[in-house]
Amino acid sequence: MSLTQLSAVEQAKQLASGELSSRELTSAYLENIASRDSKIGAYLRVDPDAVLAQADAADAKRKSGDHSPLLGLPVAVKDILCEQGQLTTCASRMLAEFRPPYDATVVSKLKQAGAVLLGRTNMDEFAMGGSTEHSAMQLTRNPWDTSRSPGGSSGGAAAAVAADMAPLSIGTDTGGSIRQPAGLCGVVGLKPTYGRVSRYGLIAFASSLDQVGPLARTVPDAALLFQAIAGHDSRDSTSLGETLPDDLIASISQPLKSLRLGYAREHLGEGVDAEVRDAVQAAMLQYESLGASLVEVELPHSKYAVATYYVIAPCEASSNLARYDGVHYGHRASVADVERELAAERASGASNIDSTLVRMYRNSRTEAFGAEVKRRIMLGTYALSAGYYDAYYLKALKVRRLIRQDYDQAFEQVDLLIGPVTASPAMTLGSMDNDPLAMYLVDLFTVGANLAGIPALSLPCGFSKLGLPIGLQLQGPPLAEPMLLKAGVMYQTAADWHTRRAIVEVHP
Amino acid sequence: MSEPYAIVIGLETHVQLATVSKLFCHCSTKFGAEPNTQTCPVCIGLPGSLPVMNREALRLSLRTALALNCQIPEFTKWDRKQYYYPDLPKGYQISQFDLPMSNDGWVAIDDPQERFAPKKVGIIRAHLEEDAGKSVHDEATGRGDSVIDLNRTGTPLLEIVSAPDMRSAAEVRAYLDELKLLLTYLAVSDCNMQEGSLRVDANVNLHIDVRGEVVATPIVEIKNLNSFRAVERAIEYEAERQFREWQETHQRLGDVPKQTRGWDDAAGRTKAQRSKEESSDYRYFPDPDLVPVVFTAEEIEQARKGLGELPQQLRERLQAEMRLSQYDASVLVNQGREVLDFFVAAAEASGDAKAVANFVTQDIQRHLNQTGQSLSGLPLTPMSLAELIKKLAAGEIPSPRARDVLMAMIEHGESANAAMERLGIEAVDESELENLCRTLLAANPQIVADLEAGKIKAIGALIGQARKQNPNADPNRIRDLCIAIVAGGNSV
Amino acid sequence: MSLTRADVEKVALLSRLRLDERELDAMTAELQSIVGYVDQLAEVDTDGVSPMAHAVELHNVLKDDCVAVSLPRNDALRNAPAHNDEGYMVPAVLGE
Ligand SMILES: [Mg+2]
Ligand SMILES: [Zn+2]
Repeated sequence: MSLTQLSAVEQAKQLASGELSSRELTSAYLENIASRDSKIGAYLRVDPDAVLAQADAADAKRKSGDHSPLLGLPVAVKDILCEQGQLTTCASRMLAEFRPPYDATVVSKLKQAGAVLLGRTNMDEFAMGGSTEHSAMQLTRNPWDTSRSPGGSSGGAAAAVAADMAPLSIGTDTGGSIRQPAGLCGVVGLKPTYGRVSRYGLIAFASSLDQVGPLARTVPDAALLFQAIAGHDSRDSTSLGETLPDDLIASISQPLKSLRLGYAREHLGEGVDAEVRDAVQAAMLQYESLGASLVEVELPHSKYAVATYYVIAPCEASSNLARYDGVHYGHRASVADVERELAAERASGASNIDSTLVRMYRNSRTEAFGAEVKRRIMLGTYALSAGYYDAYYLKALKVRRLIRQDYDQAFEQVDLLIGPVTASPAMTLGSMDNDPLAMYLVDLFTVGANLAGIPALSLPCGFSKLGLPIGLQLQGPPLAEPMLLKAGVMYQTAADWHTRRAIVEVHP
Repeated sequence: MSEPYAIVIGLETHVQLATVSKLFCHCSTKFGAEPNTQTCPVCIGLPGSLPVMNREALRLSLRTALALNCQIPEFTKWDRKQYYYPDLPKGYQISQFDLPMSNDGWVAIDDPQERFAPKKVGIIRAHLEEDAGKSVHDEATGRGDSVIDLNRTGTPLLEIVSAPDMRSAAEVRAYLDELKLLLTYLAVSDCNMQEGSLRVDANVNLHIDVRGEVVATPIVEIKNLNSFRAVERAIEYEAERQFREWQETHQRLGDVPKQTRGWDDAAGRTKAQRSKEESSDYRYFPDPDLVPVVFTAEEIEQARKGLGELPQQLRERLQAEMRLSQYDASVLVNQGREVLDFFVAAAEASGDAKAVANFVTQDIQRHLNQTGQSLSGLPLTPMSLAELIKKLAAGEIPSPRARDVLMAMIEHGESANAAMERLGIEAVDESELENLCRTLLAANPQIVADLEAGKIKAIGALIGQARKQNPNADPNRIRDLCIAIVAGGNSV
Repeated sequence: MSLTRADVEKVALLSRLRLDERELDAMTAELQSIVGYVDQLAEVDTDGVSPMAHAVELHNVLKDDCVAVSLPRNDALRNAPAHNDEGYMVPAVLGE
C-alpha cells in the first residue's frame, strides 16, 4: 500500500513513531498532485517548495519533542479561509489579487498544530453553487468520472481527498457545501454544529449558516482534523464555549449500543434516484444488523427548507458581498473607462446618469462577480428591499424556527437521523447551466442542518451502476458530533465503501 | 409669538462614547492619529473579519439611556444599515433598527431668562452604533480624488433621537446644553464638537396657522452643524426660509420627500444637498455576526444606582440644602462636575454656601475665563477658599480686599494667611480706627455738617481718605463709626 | 408577488450591478422563477412563531475595552486598488 493510501490516523502514527517523515509523506502527495491534478483541477495553487519547507519544519519540531496529533500531516485548504500574506481568492475575479494581512482562526490553529498546508482548493465563487463550475478560476472534475462535477462548493476539497492528493482537507458548508461534494466524491465530510468552529477569517457567504469542517477518507481521519480546528474563539461572537472530549479519536471507536436512527419517509420517496434509495436503505439495514433501531419520524417543514434557505442565504450574501466595491480592496474597474462611458451617456442626452463613484462601483462589481454571485446578490437585495422584507426575509426566519423545532422534536424520539445526502449521484458538467432553480433543489436534504445549526456527517454508502459514489447523511442534535462520529465509525467498520479508490489516469 | 407659525424641531445627536477601543475591535479611538494608522481587519471590513461588541460601550450606553429617563427593553439587537459610501468599508453600518437598546425618555429644560416655560423634551430612542470613516477631498492631486481615512471607522456612537418637541432656537440650545451637561456628569463622552465627539442634525418644519387650520410644512434635515451656536442660527434661518417657501409653493408635509440641507456657517444659510440617485432603501436586517444583548432587571437597577447625582437633582439639592437661589444653583451645576465638587467641598468647610457661590461664580469664574485655565489647574483648594471666607466673616479681612487676597492665593499658590501677609493686610485695632475717624471728622467740618443734615452720602469722601491713611481700614466700619460719632457728639 | 423588469433594474442599482438589456431579461426570468418557488413559504402558518436569525441561542457576547496593536498602515493599504500611502483614493466623493 502506498503512503497516500494510508489513513491520516495511520500516517500520524507512523510520523509519531518515526517510521515516516513529513517530508516523505508530503512529497508523496506532491507527486500525486503533480501527476493527477491536471486531470482533476482540485487545486488552485500549490507551491511545492514552500510546502516542503513546512514539512521540514514539522520534522524538526518533532525532533524537538512536539507531539501535536496533526504535526507533519498535509492538509488542503479551501480558498475561502484567509492566510496572512497568501492569495485568498474565493475563486473570484474580485479577490484574484487579495492577500489578507491576517490568518483565519482555523488557519492559525492548523499552523500551530504543525499541519503542512498543501495548497488552496477550488470552489464555487464565494461558495455559491453546488458543482464548483461557478469558480472563476478553473473547472474541477470528479475523480470517479472526469466528465462529471465533483459537487460543490467545496468541490476541490472533496476531489483532492478522493484522488489521494490530500489525506485531509478543509471545506466550508453553508447549505451542504462539505457534505454534498463529499457524497459525490465518495469521501467523508462533517459539517459541525454552528459555532463549533470559528468563522473568523472565513470569507462570509451567509453568516448565520456558514461552518468550517473537515473532509477525509475515513471518519476517524475527519475527527482528527475536526478536533484540531474546533473550539471557542473570542473573535467570533457566534462561537460556542463547549469543548470536545480530549480522547475524541479513541472514544469514537467504541460502538454505540442501542442507537436509535430516525428516517423521514419523504427523504426516501419520489424524486430520489432508485440507486440512491437502495444504497441508503441498505445502509439502514446494515445499522439494524449492528443493533440500531430504525424509527420513522416526521419533519413536516423540511419540504420548505430549500425555499427558506434561498431567502436567508441570498439576503445575508447580498449584505456580506456589499463590501466588494473596489475601494479598499478587490477589483476596481477602470475609472478612465467610467468617465468615458458617462461622457458618452451625457452626450446622448440620457437621463438618470450615475455619478462617477456609483458607476465605478457598478462596473467593478459587474466585471468581477460571476453570474451565480450576481443572481444571489440580486435575489437577496430584492428580498430585503422595502415592501418585501416581511414577506420573504422575516417569513423565512419564522419557517426556519419551525424547521429547527421539527428537528428538536425528532431528536426527542431518536438519537440521529439517517438519509441520503443528495437525490442522485454526480451530475455531468454543464448540465445545470441554464436552470438555477433546478440547481438549488439539489440542496434539498442538506440545507436543513444549516438552517437548524445542527451537525451532519456525510459518508460513502455505495456506488451507482455507473460507478459513481453515493453518500449517506447522518444528522444529530446540536453538539452531537461525538455521537455522529461514533455512528460513522460503526458503519465504516462494517462496510468498506470508503476503501475504494477512484482511478485517475496518470500522466506518463 | 409674532410669527404666524410655530417652528417644530427634533434633534438627532451622535455622541462618541468614551471608550479607549473601538466598538467591534481593539483599535484605539484616540483622536488625531495619522490617517489609517488605527485600523485592523475588523474595522477595515476585510473579508472574513467579524465584530465582537465592546462591553464598556454597552455600559456607557445603558448609563446614558437611564439618565435620559429611557425605558430599557429586555432584549436588544444590532442590525445592518446598508448603503454604499467610500467611508463605510463593509457597505453597511452596524446600527439598531426596530429594537434599540432604549426608548421613550425625556430631558427637562428651562430658561433662567424665562424665554420659554420649563418643559420636558421627549427622547424617542437612544441606540448604539458604529461610526463611519472620513473622506477628505484632496485638492493637491487636481484630479478631484477623495482620500479615505478609516481611523474613525467603528468608533462607538450613541445616537440620541429627540421627539419633535422643541419650538424655538432657545429651547434647542437649552436642550443641547442640558444634554451635554448630563453626558459630562455621566462621564460617558468628552462631548468635544471640534473633534466630532458630539454631532447634531436638526429636523425642522413649521406648523402654520392658516385660517384656523394648522398646516405642517415638509420636514428638512439640517446637517453640518458644527457648534451649538450654528444650530441656533441654522434653525432661525431655516424657519424664515421655510415660511418664504411655503408662501411661494404651499407645499405641505408629504408633498415632497424629506430634504437634506447643509448649514454654511460663513454664509449664514442652509443649502440643499444633492439627493441620492435612488430613494434610500437601507434594507435593515439583523446582523448575523453579532448576537443579541439581554439586560436583566438587576443589571438595569445596578446601573441606575451607579448614575450618581445628575444635574437636575443637584440643582434641587443646592436650593434645598444649601439655600442657594435657583439662579445660583443652576449657574454652579451648569459649570460642570469639577466646579460643583469644588463648590460643595468649600461650602461644607466654610459653612457659608452663598459666599462660596459668589466667589466661584464671579471672581474665580472670571479668572478662569480670562486665563482659559480650568479649576483643577489652579493652586486653589476648597479648604483655602473656606479659610478666606472665614477670615472675611471674622472681619480679619476688609471686604474690599477679599478679591486681592483671593488673587494672591491663586497667583502664588498660598494660604489666605500668607496672601494677607504679602498684601500687608492685618486687623485694625478698634481704638486706632476711632482715632482716625475723629481726626478726619475734625479736619472736615463741611462733611460733619452734611452728615448732621442727613446727607449720609457725604461720608464717601471720608472713607476714601481713611483708606488712604490705612488700607486695612474696613469701609463699613469707618462709615458706622463716623455716623455714630457725629450723631452722639463725643460720646462714642 | 410578481417581479417586473423595472423591479430588477431598481434592484440592480441598489446592488451596484449593471445588466445589459439581454441580461436584464434573463435575470428577470430567473428571479421570477426563484421567487415563484419561494412564494410557497406564504402557505406556512407562522402565527406566533418568533423569527430565528441565528443558529445559536447566545447573547451578551462582549469583549473588554482594551487597545491592541493596529495594522501597520502599509499592510492596511496593501490591497487597496488606489492609495497615496496615507489613505484609500477614490473618485471625488464631493457632489455625491
Ligand atoms: Mg445614526
Ligand atoms: Zn480595528
